[in-house]
Amino acid sequence: MPDAPGLELIAQEVNTRHEGAVLGTSFEHGQATLLVSGDSIVEVLTYLKEAPGQEYDILSSLHGVDYLPAEPRFAVHYELLNMPRVERLRVKALLPDPGGDALPELDSVYGVFPGADFQEREVYDFFGILFRGHPDLRRILMPEDYVGWPQRRDFPVGGEPVIFTNTEHTVPGWIR
Amino acid sequence: MSIADTTRTPEQMGRDAIGRTEAQVIGTSPIERTSALEREEELFTINMGPHHPATHGVLRLLVSLEGEVVRDLKPVMGYVHTGIEKSAEQKSYWKVIPFLERMDYLSYYFNMEAFCGAVERLLELEIPPRAAYLRVIHMELNRIHSHLVGLGTTALDLGAISMFWYCFRERDTILDLFEMSSGARMHTRYFQVGGVIEDIPVGFERKVLEFCDLMPERIDQYAALLDQNEIFLQRTRNTGVVSRERLLELGVTGPLLRAAGEPWDLRKVHDYLPYDDFEFDIPIGTVGDNYDRYRVRLNEMRESVRIIRQAVEGLPEGPFAADDRKVVLPPRHELSTSMESLIHHFKLVTEGFRVPPGEAYFPIEGPRGELGCFVVADGSSKPVRVHMRDPSFVNLQALRDMCVGGYVADLIANLAMLDPILGGIDR
Amino acid sequence: MAAGSPELEVERTSLRGLSPLDQPRSPDELRVRQMKARDMLRGDLQGADLDEYVEGRLLTTTLEKAQNWARGNAMWPATFGLACCAIEMMSMVSARYDSARYGAEVFRASPRQADMLILSGRVSIKMVPVIRRIYDQMLEPKWVLSMGACSSSGGMFSNYAVVQGADKFLPVDIHIPGCPPRPESLLYAILKLQRKVFGEPDLGWRERYKGYGTEEGERRWKPGAIPVERAGTSPADGILEGADGGSIHESVEEALAGAEAGIGHSGHEAQDAYHGDDEERPNEEAWGTGDTRNA
Repeated sequence: MPDAPGLELIAQEVNTRHEGAVLGTSFEHGQATLLVSGDSIVEVLTYLKEAPGQEYDILSSLHGVDYLPAEPRFAVHYELLNMPRVERLRVKALLPDPGGDALPELDSVYGVFPGADFQEREVYDFFGILFRGHPDLRRILMPEDYVGWPQRRDFPVGGEPVIFTNTEHTVPGWIR
Repeated sequence: MSIADTTRTPEQMGRDAIGRTEAQVIGTSPIERTSALEREEELFTINMGPHHPATHGVLRLLVSLEGEVVRDLKPVMGYVHTGIEKSAEQKSYWKVIPFLERMDYLSYYFNMEAFCGAVERLLELEIPPRAAYLRVIHMELNRIHSHLVGLGTTALDLGAISMFWYCFRERDTILDLFEMSSGARMHTRYFQVGGVIEDIPVGFERKVLEFCDLMPERIDQYAALLDQNEIFLQRTRNTGVVSRERLLELGVTGPLLRAAGEPWDLRKVHDYLPYDDFEFDIPIGTVGDNYDRYRVRLNEMRESVRIIRQAVEGLPEGPFAADDRKVVLPPRHELSTSMESLIHHFKLVTEGFRVPPGEAYFPIEGPRGELGCFVVADGSSKPVRVHMRDPSFVNLQALRDMCVGGYVADLIANLAMLDPILGGIDR
Repeated sequence: MAAGSPELEVERTSLRGLSPLDQPRSPDELRVRQMKARDMLRGDLQGADLDEYVEGRLLTTTLEKAQNWARGNAMWPATFGLACCAIEMMSMVSARYDSARYGAEVFRASPRQADMLILSGRVSIKMVPVIRRIYDQMLEPKWVLSMGACSSSGGMFSNYAVVQGADKFLPVDIHIPGCPPRPESLLYAILKLQRKVFGEPDLGWRERYKGYGTEEGERRWKPGAIPVERAGTSPADGILEGADGGSIHESVEEALAGAEAGIGHSGHEAQDAYHGDDEERPNEEAWGTGDTRNA
């Protein structure tokens, strides 16, 4: 992993290339995280992938997190890997909740990392984050016509209560 | 490959890339004579699965065919989606372990290790050396088990049913070992945050060494069954080739990447467990076709046997779980004498331990590739987010590249050699 | 037995008569048999001898029993591995726990050729219509084994994605507990199913131990006696009530109606342990009918 000073260097370099892209850095438990605003994610990742000193050219994982009730609510994490130096860098794109029925939007990094295909669809499926520019953004694990974004924190877990013999009358719907 | 090379590439045989002779290309069939644009309309989309004997689980493939040649492929997943990640947010950290175990259901120890490792990193907890070695032993046994099932079902799909029986015979031996150490054959819930849940019984080491003596000979038997089998060679040689660069672009890891020639194995580069204490090699392929993947898996089993033998012979004495009573249950004999232990036990069992706020991503080398667990903690006793980066999910993106341009029969072989586990893909 | 220990005297007596398949007990018996066989071939065997000869070699039964015997002993499962239980199902087929010796010789991939569906693994909501369609494609008589906790009742996954029990949309004959059940459990379930098919189903524990009055469906109150607040947040509300006529509910009704009409059970419907002999049933006025399905 790039160590803390190395992380600061990377953050500075990215900021000189793309003004205001990097919102902060975080180094905890030996892992380096770069906080990036959602608008410039493609530029930042392209830079990190292609710049001669960086070359984080493998996308290990792409996943989303819902930080309700903290703001900004959503974050999409990109775990980048540089194989020759064995360094991992996490890029976190923070997205606020637009409110109402609108869905948060982010540019797709499919053009930079083709391996983001299924993973972005999964983030869309579970969090409702739209990826602009994704070739085929539709639900991947839930049924195609499912309504709701299951892994958001305010979506109920679902399931049925376990019915015991003496609790039948307290379970809604069991008694006809 | 040291055996006589009886298969020739299509070009050598005077055929085009998919094996048609010139006569067939020029041919008299109307399909051959239509232009490329019109040929689009001749595509026939069939649906394979989700209930299919050869899809290794409930995977649905929408395959666009032109005759027997695959022109496009769309996998549809989600038929065994279990909502594990969502359920895990409702449970304390301990209780999450059985949930995550059932994700990639052939490599259950790896699922546990990824999660326990992530939580241990968040807690900054060191596991004792004995626990680390025990974890390595069980994980390598699980790797062999996973490859056995993978190779067995692969051979079953390709028609070599004997391999299936033999692989499952060895698999039962391994499951006996698991049953001996933890009581269950599958989904043993043997690892806990801080080490393992209980020490191995007397006689376990001897049985594991007996297994290590038995296994290399059995692997040689498998090799003897399939290595020079003409049908197997014809079906796996030069089929499903994807270039190394394309695999890296897609984020594919594991035996697929190693078969394509990239020497990348997280056991060697990350130090999540003391693999440095053991001497083992990483088998690498050259061409990246299905035969290479088969050979890589076979040889990985050999290397795993080496690791297990070294680990058992060098198993250090000591505690099997960390000492931190706030995370690990105290030993039962202390509960009757020490009040503090009783309180710790009570708190751990009812509420569970608390993890300070933070995020951690913990990648390990699973049998199918990089298995990573991402845990977000907020100081309470339940995780905020648990995400498993499953290798099969990412590897499945390579299926399209492997199959397009080949025959339907090769699609079966490609899918089998990809070794997808739908539980991991669908989570 | 160690040398010098008291010898174990074992006396074996045969309780049944000598059947033609047993070895003759003495050379005289062998001679008698040979004579009878010679006479039979010549057509000389008469009277009681002839009756005895024929009866020793014939089995009489009803067509029903013969049919059930054949069906039970040759149940071919459909390949329906969903998740982890599928691996244990595969290992049941393998050499150590060979299921072929009980008749489950081959796993047929086509549902039209299979007569048993082993639902091994968690049933996700996306998979439900697929399973239902496969089940509908199977030909009568057919049986369903729900292997493992997840398909019997949702298992440990009580969430939005897993159907809490396959018997919400399929009639299930045998539920097998376990996560995953050992292959021996699965074999035991197949044997239990065979006994059910033969017409001698195992007694439920309630009959064996006379444990009535503890059934889940047994109502200890009349509907409406206790007002129930419907919170309406559980997905179970829609399924069980059928308020919106959801599709799963419709097929549950059909499935249950069909099951009652006798699909797949060919007249050897098991004695429902819940509704045993009428004399033994508790007082209906006080306790209600105990049948929640056709409310």
